Amino acid sequence: MREKFTKSMARNIFYGGTVFFFLVFIGLTFDTVSVLPERDNRHNITEQVALGKKVWEVNNCVGCHTLLGEGAYFAPELGNVYKRFGHSKDAIIAFIKSRPVEGIKGRRSMPQFNLSDKELDAIAEFLKYASEIDTANWPPNIEG
Amino acid sequence: MQYKSQAVAKPYFIAAIALFIGQIVFGAILGLQYVVGDFLFPEIPFNVARMVHTNLLIIWLLFGFMGAAYYMVPEETETELYSPKLAIILFWVFLAASVLTIIGYLAVPYATLAEMTGNDLLPTMGREFLEQPTITKIGIVIVCLGLLFNISMTALKGRKTAIIMVMILGLWGLALFFLFAFYNPVNLVLDKYFWWWVVHMWVEGVWELILGSILAFVLIKMTGVDREIIEKWLYVIIAMALISGIIGTGHHYFWIGTPDYWQWWGSIFSAIEPIPFFMMVIFAFNMVNKRKRDHPNKAAMLWAIGTPVMAFLGAGVWGFMHTLAPVNYFTHGSQITAAHGHMAFYGAYVMVVLAIISYAMPILRGRAAANSRKSQVVEMWSFWLMTVSMVFITLFLTGAGILQVWLQRISEAPMGFMVVQDKIAIFYWMREVAGIIFLLGLILYVISFFVGGEEETIS
Repeated sequence: MREKFTKSMARNIFYGGTVFFFLVFIGLTFDTVSVLPERDNRHNITEQVALGKKVWEVNNCVGCHTLLGEGAYFAPELGNVYKRFGHSKDAIIAFIKSRPVEGIKGRRSMPQFNLSDKELDAIAEFLKYASEIDTANWPPNIEG
Repeated sequence: MQYKSQAVAKPYFIAAIALFIGQIVFGAILGLQYVVGDFLFPEIPFNVARMVHTNLLIIWLLFGFMGAAYYMVPEETETELYSPKLAIILFWVFLAASVLTIIGYLAVPYATLAEMTGNDLLPTMGREFLEQPTITKIGIVIVCLGLLFNISMTALKGRKTAIIMVMILGLWGLALFFLFAFYNPVNLVLDKYFWWWVVHMWVEGVWELILGSILAFVLIKMTGVDREIIEKWLYVIIAMALISGIIGTGHHYFWIGTPDYWQWWGSIFSAIEPIPFFMMVIFAFNMVNKRKRDHPNKAAMLWAIGTPVMAFLGAGVWGFMHTLAPVNYFTHGSQITAAHGHMAFYGAYVMVVLAIISYAMPILRGRAAANSRKSQVVEMWSFWLMTVSMVFITLFLTGAGILQVWLQRISEAPMGFMVVQDKIAIFYWMREVAGIIFLLGLILYVISFFVGGEEETIS
């Protein structure tokens, strides 16, 4: 870098650039938050969905699965599992319920979380809600 | 050591290395669970081991950053630390909170831990990387604020260099953006949107300020190049990092329910993100070429040069590979993401912390400038073992990811997730082998601290 380009110029670019682009980011965030109601399926958030999200969190489901592509890559995507399981909450509940306590020999297995019927229904309702968020057609196909 | 109070950095660095070992042991467990699915099941299921692996990484990097701050601040501001005692108290608070949290993860089911720690009062748990109990999160905030108070007070009474201002700004940003960890709405899209304000704003934002200032500090000390030149570079690099990185957050907003325009904003700005890392490479090599002295600590020099190179590859190249929306549509949430995550974290943050430890630790241990030649040779072997094995971990995960994306998402007859996992198992086996070599490299790294011999002096 030539002498003409001084340290204080570099500093000004840093502070000016950071502030400017952060303000743009804030602006975009305001816009995003204002248009989200059209996409985020919030009208389907019920008490049950809220409980389902809590069940999702306190059992650390994201430690193995992805949800809308975010999480761990050890187990299947669950953002669209409701659709993959034939739009069936019962299928989801049956799957979670039937996990063997000691696992499956030599294979990956989901732990048995001993959820109550209420919790099972809530987690299924939460996954149904998640599957109806407008994700710009992600994932590419039903396999997630 | 120029200032007595710099000594508080030492326990921070030791704790960082100890937790690093734990992180890698759990990494090896996870790698094995990928291919031997029932390994340690049901005692330590994958999600628990992963939580330990990622949380230990975050915690030990924070220990490293804090140690770096305590070491650098007195020397940069040319005055003793405001309160060395506070630094030591905070060290024990942070260590106790960290260890208790990890024990909590391992000792009881996660749901029980959530109940025990009163997660219902302020639910923040169960989100990736933010799994810590709410009380631990509050502890992290307190420790950060204590650190910020301490170093800000020190800077106020001393010389204000660009390096230290950038460091303090980075740490303030770290603390402020972490506050979004306490925002956890039921609305999943909003939750995810602001979750990234912690995760992305940390690793592709304010942490880069900390990274830049540590690297600049080490390079000034090692090369003796004029401060004006190095600080000018520092400003340009971090300017590019934030100009690209802030709106670059948008590359996480493609498929989570956020508006489609993020596909443009995110793609364009995150495509610029490799540039600051490339500049960092040019910067580091330039400064070494212009060096005014040959510092006897060759190992520290190796880490300092390795950092920008590996950060550019891991964060820059591997990040760019899947950051454009049309590509990311297929690669999002696949092993490609994992490949990028591993090399980026290693290259940018692990290596820069090891660089400052390598530079500072001999001095903290009472040596003039460097460890013995023998010790340095062992440390440099560990550098190569860890770095090369990380390259292979990344390559194998990338191979796994390409196949996964093809078989599961692109081919005309897409296969299910678990079917694909079986088909790509060979890559996971190779990754595990590379991971074990990484662990051996780390063991060698620890050994290097105990290799004696006559210390190298400034020639």
